[in-house]
Amino acid sequence: MRRHAVTIGRALALGALALTDVLLLTTSLVAAVLAALGLVFFFMPMIGLVRRRTMLARRLTGAWLGVATEPPYLPPPPPPRPQPDGWYRHERQLYRTPRWPAWHDRWKWMFTDPATWRDLAWLWLNPLVGGSLLLLPLAAVWCGLDLLWRQTPLTVPSGVAVIVAGVAAVPWLLRLYGWWTHLCLAPTARSVLAGRVRRLDQLRTETADSQAAELRRIERDLHDGAQARLVAMGMTLGAVEELMDKDPGAAKVLLAKAREASSVALTELRDLVRGIHPPVLAERGLGDAVRAMALDSPLKVTVTADLGKRPAAPVESAVYFSISELLTNAARHGGADRVWIDIGVRDGALRVTVTDDGSGGADPARGSGLRGVERRLAAFDGVLALNSPPGGPTTATIDLPLAGGGDASEDKVPLRGWRRVAVALGWGLGWLPLFPQGLVAMSFKIFGSDERSWFLALYLPGPLQWPMIVFNVLLGLAMYGAAMAITSAHSHRRLIERAGPALGLDG
Amino acid sequence: MSPRIVIAEDLHLLREGLVHLLQAHGFEVVAAVETGPELLRALVGERPDVAVVDVRLPPTFTDEGLQAALAARREVPGLPVLVLSQHVEQLYARELLADGSGGIGYLLKDRVFNSGQFVDAVRRVADGGTAMDPEVIAKLLASNARHEPLGALTPREREVLSLMAEGRSNAAISQRLYLSESAVGKHTASIFGKLGLSPSDDDNRRVLAVLAYLDAARES
Repeated sequence: MRRHAVTIGRALALGALALTDVLLLTTSLVAAVLAALGLVFFFMPMIGLVRRRTMLARRLTGAWLGVATEPPYLPPPPPPRPQPDGWYRHERQLYRTPRWPAWHDRWKWMFTDPATWRDLAWLWLNPLVGGSLLLLPLAAVWCGLDLLWRQTPLTVPSGVAVIVAGVAAVPWLLRLYGWWTHLCLAPTARSVLAGRVRRLDQLRTETADSQAAELRRIERDLHDGAQARLVAMGMTLGAVEELMDKDPGAAKVLLAKAREASSVALTELRDLVRGIHPPVLAERGLGDAVRAMALDSPLKVTVTADLGKRPAAPVESAVYFSISELLTNAARHGGADRVWIDIGVRDGALRVTVTDDGSGGADPARGSGLRGVERRLAAFDGVLALNSPPGGPTTATIDLPLAGGGDASEDKVPLRGWRRVAVALGWGLGWLPLFPQGLVAMSFKIFGSDERSWFLALYLPGPLQWPMIVFNVLLGLAMYGAAMAITSAHSHRRLIERAGPALGLDG
Repeated sequence: MSPRIVIAEDLHLLREGLVHLLQAHGFEVVAAVETGPELLRALVGERPDVAVVDVRLPPTFTDEGLQAALAARREVPGLPVLVLSQHVEQLYARELLADGSGGIGYLLKDRVFNSGQFVDAVRRVADGGTAMDPEVIAKLLASNARHEPLGALTPREREVLSLMAEGRSNAAISQRLYLSESAVGKHTASIFGKLGLSPSDDDNRRVLAVLAYLDAARES
């Protein structure tokens, strides 16, 4: 009862809001007309206002109707960057300040985003749709009261019936309104995919950059380290060759030197290999590699690892180096004594928590190390969550999906509940009204056959035969249509769920 | 009688080098194998006096050699094995020492360059002693750096402790540090006192006690 009252209150509030949209609608229409006439300055504030209104609608439908709706907008353009000479370029014009180029970029961003136009479409229709859907019960109650007022034996029961029907219909109408809002304001599959492509593009650039930097580092280390030492060793051995006969004593000293150089070169190569791909990781996998890391750490580190199958080598490596960085941070900045590392697999995702008893206050925005960890993980759709209140303790959590992205069969989630039944019925029985009872009966009717067989429509009295045939055809089409719509809505929802986090939209 | 030895190393040049080196120092090489399964068969079948084993072997090129050595020691307890590797890990050292029966060596491959010391280490292991790589010991000590009793050791005592943990006898330590054997004896007694370990005359037991102590210290 109380819940119903709350629902009615929400419906009325949303309805009232929809009616006040008339004001915003008028404003936006005027601004649009002015913009079309060349006064483009009105366009952006108007879109800003509309976006605020639609964000409010998304929030309310999310909170009140349980229809969570993500904002569909493209990410805003980055601030313009000056040229080497300090000027800002926009197309073929140069500007002294970034104001104009920034304005142009924002204008283009808003104007080309399909979400802008879907927002406007929603706004312009909302007073009509929202008003009629949500205030319909109010009208029904009004009508019912009017009927009651007449106090005739016929009007009183029908008045009561109308009022009850109006009140009972509110939750349904509210849900309908929620669907409509979702339809207009939710991201389309296209915008979700566009967001994902953009994000992957950015990731690719970052990964390529960091890979190139890594290769440069390795090249430098080899060039200045092992390679230089091998050259020195070769020279020493050459000298030994010359001295061998003349001064065997000196040759011996030089040989000892050469051996030492080879030892140092090997040590350097070992360190380098450790930085590229730790041997224990290759030999034993993530769990033991982290245990080995824990043994080498000056902190008291407790490792629990339960991995089952070994993850792919690049994933292992990324997670290993991330943990290594977190451990270093705990020792260097956090002042920790004890660290607990837990590695496990849950719901097809690798989860690592690194907890220390240090002083806390770690902030990824400041530490370049943590930024590196985030970048490393992002290449595998992994995320780093850091909880580090001042005073500690610090808990870092790494979440990384293990199912390699391309494998669609593993991602397939079957339909459940009534949807499953409806789809099965649609595909399984749709042919029955459509073909025999509909189209075949129709052809019999057209060609005037006397055969009636089991075609129900032909047993009806004459004037009802055609409507029945048409009804059967429509019923069959509707059954197929519903089955298709439910399936596609389901896969669309899965798509959004999967790509959603990668969109990186935060209002 | 010359000690019988099994060698497992997948790089042909290094394997031949090891065979020549050890034959020159009076070992009888009964098998020189390439892969993990071959090694296990040789160890269990030949029961050599000592084995020199590379950690990484075919067919998987992971820790095949180490696993074969551990499996063989489960079958033949105390079978002396000297493990060689391009890198040393405390984790592996701990696994090798876990059964506490000695006859274990764990060295970097680079140590082969110094043939005198390397052959000495092989002999030590063959006699049931221990040969730990200085790098393992350094890591073990470094990760225990914050530990209280270790901090109380003098620098000289730390030096003695490192050499002792590598598996060297008092005589060898005294040679290495240019000290008299009695001075080394005094240092070891002082170390055992500070760490609260009961002193032992048996070199090998002493080493295992020290390694177990260092390993346990970081856990507490």
